Amino acid sequence: MRRAALIAVPYAWLLALFLIPFAVVFKISLSDIALAIPPYTPTAKDGIWAMLSQLDFENFVFLTEDDLYWKAYLSSLQIAAVSTVLTLLVGYPMAYAMARAPEAWRPTLLMLVILPFWTSFLIRVYAWVGILSNEGFLNQFLLWLGVIDTPLTILNTPTAVYIGIVYTYLPFMILPIYSALDRLDGSLIEAAEDLGCSRFKAFWLITIPLSKNGIIAGSFLVFIPALGEFVIPSLLGGSGTLMIGKVLFEEFFSNRDWPVASAVAVILLLILVIPLVLFQRNQQRQTEAGA
Amino acid sequence: MNRLSPFNVVSLTLGFVFLYIPMLILVVYSFNASKLVTVWAGFSTQWYGELLRNESFLDAAWVTLRVAVISSTIATVLGTMAAYVLVRGGRFFGRTLFSGMIYAPLVMPEVITGLSLLLLFIGTGLDRGVLTIVLAHTTFSMCFVSVVVSSRLVTFDRSLEEAALDLGASTFDAFRLVTLPIIAPAVISGWLLAFTLSLDDLVIASFTAGPSATTLPMKIWSSVRLGVSPEINALSTILIGLVTVGVVVASLATKRAAVQAARDEQAAARTA
Repeated sequence: MRRAALIAVPYAWLLALFLIPFAVVFKISLSDIALAIPPYTPTAKDGIWAMLSQLDFENFVFLTEDDLYWKAYLSSLQIAAVSTVLTLLVGYPMAYAMARAPEAWRPTLLMLVILPFWTSFLIRVYAWVGILSNEGFLNQFLLWLGVIDTPLTILNTPTAVYIGIVYTYLPFMILPIYSALDRLDGSLIEAAEDLGCSRFKAFWLITIPLSKNGIIAGSFLVFIPALGEFVIPSLLGGSGTLMIGKVLFEEFFSNRDWPVASAVAVILLLILVIPLVLFQRNQQRQTEAGA
Repeated sequence: MNRLSPFNVVSLTLGFVFLYIPMLILVVYSFNASKLVTVWAGFSTQWYGELLRNESFLDAAWVTLRVAVISSTIATVLGTMAAYVLVRGGRFFGRTLFSGMIYAPLVMPEVITGLSLLLLFIGTGLDRGVLTIVLAHTTFSMCFVSVVVSSRLVTFDRSLEEAALDLGASTFDAFRLVTLPIIAPAVISGWLLAFTLSLDDLVIASFTAGPSATTLPMKIWSSVRLGVSPEINALSTILIGLVTVGVVVASLATKRAAVQAARDEQAAARTA
C-alpha cells in the first residue's frame, strides 16, 4: 500500500503538470484565434463532435507558408549544433586537465566550475552585453592592443549567441565528462604506452572512447535546451539572429496569437523527441551501470 | 594520472579566465560613479543606495523568495520520493514513462514548459499568481532533486537498510532512521539546487505569473532589455556575493562532515 502511494504521488504530479499540459498545447494548436481572453475559441463546451469538427491544421499550414518559421527552426538547429561542438571543444580539455590535476586540487577546481552555474543565468548573459557591444570592454581592449583600428560588431550577431551559449552551458559539458574521466583507470593508458602507443594515439583509442558517455550526456545537456533558448538570442543576438524560442515568445506575448504559438511549440517538441529519447536512454544506462 | 602537462595548465587557466572575467567586470563596474557602464569614473556605492530605495525591486525580491522557498521545499519531498521509486521501486506499470517524465524536464526548452503550463492553468480556470509560479517551479525542480538524490541512492550500501529491516524496523522506520540520514547531504543539495533554479527562472515565470505577480528575474529582464544599467550591476554583485558565500560555506561544511565521518569510521574500527 505504502509503495503504491510512494509511486502514485510524484507520478500523478508529473502527469498533471508535465504531460497533460502538452496535450492542451496540442489541442490549442488546432484551434482558431479569437479576439477574446483567452485568445482562442474554446472548443470543448458544445460536446465532443462539435469540438472535433472545429479543429483543423490551419495553424500548421500557416507555419509552412511563412518562411520565417522554417528559417527560425533551421537556424536554431544550426546554432545549437555549432555551439554544442564549441562547448565540447572548450569543455573537454578543461575536464581532462581537472581529472589529471593532483587529488588535493580537485574539489576546488570542481567548485570553480560549479560556482557560475549557481549564479543567475540571466545575469551571466547580461554580463556579455557590456563586453561585446561596440564600445564594450572587448573592443576597448583590442583597440588598446592595436589589433584592430575600428570596433568589431559582435553584439547582435550569431557570434555573440555562440559565445553566450558556450559561456552559460559550459558547466553542463564539463561535469559529466569530468565524472567519466575521473572513473577512468589510469593503468589502461600506461599499458597502452608500454605497448608502444604514442600518447596521442593512447588518448584517441582509450581516453576518448571511455569518456564517451560523458561526452554524450554533456552534448545533450547543451544541445536540447540551446535549441529552444530564448534569453541568449534576445539579449545578445538582437534582430540579427533568428531562433525559434524567441519567435515562440514573441508570437505569444507580442502578437498574442496563442494557437500559432502552440503550433510552433508542437513542431519544436517533435524535433526534440529523438534527442530526448536518446538522452533518457543514456541517463538510464548510466544510472543502472552505477547500481 | 597526476601529471599536468603545459597544455592542461593552459586550458584550465584560459577556461577559468573565460568563466570569471565577465562576472568580475560586472562586480567592479557596479562600484563605478558614472552612469555609463563602460567608462570608469571613480569609486562609488550610489547604485546600491538607489537599488535599496527602489521599492518595485524589493517587492519583486520578496515574491521571488517566497516562491523559491515554498517550491523548493515541495520539490525536495516529491523529488526524493521519485528518486526512491526510480532506484528502489523495482518494476511497476509505466516505469519507462515515469523515468521519461523525470529526465525530460531537465533539458526541455523553457518556452515549451512555460507555454504548456500557462495553457493548462487558463484551461482549468486557475488564477495566475504566486500559486501558479510555485506549481510550475515545483514541477521542473523536483526532477533536478530526483536526479541528485538518486545518484546518492545508487551508491548507497543497501545492506544497511536490510540490516535495519532484519532487526525489526518497519520500512518507514528503516527509511527515516537509516536511509534518510545517509542521503541527507544529497537531499540538502537537491533543495539548494531547486531553490536557486527557482530564484533564477525568467521564462517559465513570465508565462505563469500573470499580471498580479512579478519576480525579480522578470524585473531584471524588463530593465536589461533597455541596455546595460549600473543598478542591475549592483544587484548582480549582491546576488553573486550571496551565491559565493553560500557555495563556499556549503563546501566547507561537506568537507568537515567528510573528515568527521572518516574519524568516526576509524574510531569504530578501533573499538571493533
